[in-house]
Amino acid sequence: MANPGTRKHKADDRAKYQKLASSIVPRPPLARNTAVAFGVGGLICVVGQAVMNAFIASGMTADEAVGPTLATMILIGVVLTGLSIYHHIGEFAGAGAAVPITGFANTIAAAAMDFKREGYVLGMGAKMFIIAGPVLVYGILAGVTVALIKWLSRG
Amino acid sequence: MANRRIGKSTMRFATPPVIVSAGTVAGPMEGRGPMARWFDEVVPDDMFGERTAEKAERRFMGDAVKILLKQAAVQPQQVDYFIAGDLLNQIITASFVAEDLGMPFIGVYGACSTSVQGLTLASALVDAGFANLALAATSSHYQTAERQFRYPIELNIQRKSTSQYTATGAGAVLVGQSGGKVRVTEATPGRVIDMGVKDPNQMGPAMAPAAADTIFNHLADTGRDPAFYDVIITGDLGSVGSEILLELMQRRGVPLGDNYADGGVMLFEGVRGTGVGGSGCACSALIMEGFVWKRMCDGEIRRALIVATGALLSPLTWQQGESVPCIANAIALQL
Amino acid sequence: MDYVIAFLVGGAICAVGQVLLDLAKIPPAHMLVLFVVVGAVLSGFGAYDRLVEFAGAGALVPVSGFGHSISRGSLLEARRLGVIGLFTGAFEFTGLGVATAVFFSALIALVANPKA
Repeated sequence: MANPGTRKHKADDRAKYQKLASSIVPRPPLARNTAVAFGVGGLICVVGQAVMNAFIASGMTADEAVGPTLATMILIGVVLTGLSIYHHIGEFAGAGAAVPITGFANTIAAAAMDFKREGYVLGMGAKMFIIAGPVLVYGILAGVTVALIKWLSRG
Repeated sequence: MANRRIGKSTMRFATPPVIVSAGTVAGPMEGRGPMARWFDEVVPDDMFGERTAEKAERRFMGDAVKILLKQAAVQPQQVDYFIAGDLLNQIITASFVAEDLGMPFIGVYGACSTSVQGLTLASALVDAGFANLALAATSSHYQTAERQFRYPIELNIQRKSTSQYTATGAGAVLVGQSGGKVRVTEATPGRVIDMGVKDPNQMGPAMAPAAADTIFNHLADTGRDPAFYDVIITGDLGSVGSEILLELMQRRGVPLGDNYADGGVMLFEGVRGTGVGGSGCACSALIMEGFVWKRMCDGEIRRALIVATGALLSPLTWQQGESVPCIANAIALQL
Repeated sequence: MDYVIAFLVGGAICAVGQVLLDLAKIPPAHMLVLFVVVGAVLSGFGAYDRLVEFAGAGALVPVSGFGHSISRGSLLEARRLGVIGLFTGAFEFTGLGVATAVFFSALIALVANPKA
């Protein structure tokens, strides 16, 4: 390899190397991954639908059932994480496990379980939302902003 | 002084120090691989019964040293220097083990290339007459590495096509002036090479150029062909990284032949769920101090070039969008 | 029948996520943030409401539904209470879930250890 020379020389070398590397690095099995994500994600949503129907059958309106349904799915995610099952589902299904709200719950439970070793206050307490945090932050940012715009524009 | 540096960066030891003893302790995953029978101990529980994985990792390193000292019939007080490192912040594993052993301690960090780094320094200290006995050790642990560099263990994360699996275990090696068949003849510390790979899931592609650089320099410095060695083993490029290495060496006009193998591939061959191969400090250590050393003691391998590869990223710089600088350290072992 | 639609819509949303992960090589956390924001934005256009009517849990369970729920709650409470409602409403539908997540995650952390 040439001596580390000018910045352009370095950039050229790197570009050439990236080309070589990408020709050898195997591509992810997109078709298989997408199909599995579809299947597993869909199945989790079916479970959610069953839960929602149960709540509605118990007398709630569709609106009233939203909160409890999400909470139940979150609970399922937490339990499956505690049983050390959810990370296997994640390995298998990728986005099919990450996108449903159960995945959101998994990030919280997984972080809690992991960081408790650094103590319950500074470990678990401080880092519980280390992965889910962005979802909450940007969810609130986007949600409130959109609501504000809509409310101001149409009341 | 008869010691010489040859070529650009290779240390040639005037009176080659010898490997007096080595100790290897591995976890259950590693126990499932084809290299398991070359390890001194395979532990069924990677937590070693400890409360934290960090504590468990110290047990791995400590046990590897204990086994080695017992085999060599050497007391800790007889060891002049302890050179060790690991993957964790502030090489905390090595520091705690050093405290336990009570030997003068030189901490080193080479990421997954630490094993050869330590052996190089230990050999240099013995060869230069600073030490009668120098001990080098390194360790890694799947859980501690995941927590530090990637994600909580129970997180639903999908491995990529180039992901590697951090080896759980430790390797220790004792270098002395006499008392062993395997001689450390040359060492070639590497340069840090960064070819702009930013993805921490692509450690192999990130490290391959460093391995190519060091192997090329070592062969040029020593005036040798790849065929001089019975085996040339990289630490943990993985199957993808080693393919890239072969291509790089081919393009440089120094193709590697059948005597080339990769430690990461060897460690976990046939073990499900380990991606494209093992990684971590323990990977190269287990292969070099378990498999290679024992085969050399048997006379099955006469000349080995071990090229441990390390990705010198930090969890922070990766998140800041920086690329991954890498290094490869080579050491030549001969009967 | 609603199960079939929930399956198809929920699955499709997850499939899009997978394509983003594999093809666009977006880190998982970024993908999830994208989804929650898109859910909130589509909620503003009324589009996500219609999707929920159509697909039920298939639209609510994916994290985009979470963004929608935040947005919707925020809007409903704003209409009812004014500016204060904008912020109290964010957790109208999602508060139960977040509190549940924290409470039971802490509980599970007490009794369960991570296993590689």
